[in-house]
Amino acid sequence: MTTVSAERLATLFVEVADTLVDEFDVVEFLQMLTQHVAGLFDTGEVGLMLADHRGRLTFMAASDESARILDLFQLQHDDGPCLDAFRTARPVTNVNLAAAADTWPQFAPRATQAGFASVHAFPLRLRKEVIGAMGVFGSATELSGTDTSIVQSLADVAVIGLLQERAIRRGEVLTGQLQGALNSRIVIEQAKGVVAQAHGLSPDAAFTLIRDFARKNNRRLSDVAATIVTRLPDLPDLSAN
Amino acid sequence: MSVMDERLLQVTRLVAEEPARHGDGGGVPGLLRRLCKAAERALSASGVGVSVIAEDGMRGVAAVSEPACEPIEELQFELGEGPCLDAFATGSPVLVPDLTDGAVGRWPVYTPALHEYGMRAVFAFPLQIGAARLGALDVFRIERGSLSAGEFRDALTFADVAVTTLLDGQADATPGEVADGLDEVLGQRAELFQAQGMVAVQLGISLTDALAQLRAHAYAEGRPLGNVARDVVARRISFGSGRP
Repeated sequence: MTTVSAERLATLFVEVADTLVDEFDVVEFLQMLTQHVAGLFDTGEVGLMLADHRGRLTFMAASDESARILDLFQLQHDDGPCLDAFRTARPVTNVNLAAAADTWPQFAPRATQAGFASVHAFPLRLRKEVIGAMGVFGSATELSGTDTSIVQSLADVAVIGLLQERAIRRGEVLTGQLQGALNSRIVIEQAKGVVAQAHGLSPDAAFTLIRDFARKNNRRLSDVAATIVTRLPDLPDLSAN
Repeated sequence: MSVMDERLLQVTRLVAEEPARHGDGGGVPGLLRRLCKAAERALSASGVGVSVIAEDGMRGVAAVSEPACEPIEELQFELGEGPCLDAFATGSPVLVPDLTDGAVGRWPVYTPALHEYGMRAVFAFPLQIGAARLGALDVFRIERGSLSAGEFRDALTFADVAVTTLLDGQADATPGEVADGLDEVLGQRAELFQAQGMVAVQLGISLTDALAQLRAHAYAEGRPLGNVARDVVARRISFGSGRP
């Protein structure tokens, strides 16, 4: 990814920092971030996890929101690159998955099985606090020191934007904001289930339907998900424009 | 259980160690009363209450740490305003470290009443799992000042345990046997939340009731909740007579 132009990077940073918009939606913002980071790599999937008040990493967003990718993040409860980056507050880079079975007995074999050869992970930091981690799964992508700093900086800027740092004075506010973000992620999963059952779809296909409906109607993903789950049993017509 | 769930273990232990009182009974109300009392001690509070708000509009105080605390918890429902109702409505914690600082604009009648009872700070935490909302946990203090970061996390963990206790009641499970099921209910597994949505549609019930059904099924079959959820998502099992 060393070939990224300065112009492209500048644009990226501005976009990631631009969170002071009326229609800010945490999950959509994090999805945008993962897609941008994935775009920096030739081949790769990017996902992001945030820690809850009990210090557990929870899946929030991915460049490809499929059960296959979601699983790889979810299973990092006990071991995995995101957990390491979260615990050490340092990036984990250029790990060859084939040789990582000892380090991550749960994660490494599953990630290899899913078709990935290498992983990187970056801590999401706010000052001294680590609030989560971002994982990059790819083919044989090698990251240089410069690459690592670019992705880490992007992650740092995103965290400041996400938490709108100026508003943060106390740790409880930080935890409270994260709490809201984690809960909105749960609502999206619940909405997937509702739509999957009502339309006879897989959760993946249900998500695509919900996301496309939100985009077509210029609505926030979290709002659409909340409408779906609170208007039971009168499901809104998601195929309508 | 992972090392990171120490906070949960600690809070669960505090609730378990809180002595029962005459009249507690063995059910959910007694457990919640002990939870409120344990939270009161852990958070240096002067009163803690749990209120339940059902989707059909039924609402009321489920438990308080001390009888003296019941009127201030109850009053919110009589007045239709207060931190508990706000935490429930917004799905976010309500933090008022100083009741003299603007709270009267938010709760014009409740704020002076709280002050009269000697309270100077109040914090409320929603009891929820995604869009499934059960109520709120209120923490009252006679001294103004914020919760420390650790107290704040403890308060959220007490709220987690309250959610599980309430769900246990709905699932007709044995309350108090939290260790196994709890981590899975709140274990943030996507399949569980997806299954919750699917079962809600299958049975035409609320998300809260759907989760209670899933838990009841897991208890009855003696299976981990996560496995039941996975089977629902994979359409290997179905609730109700609809298509699997």
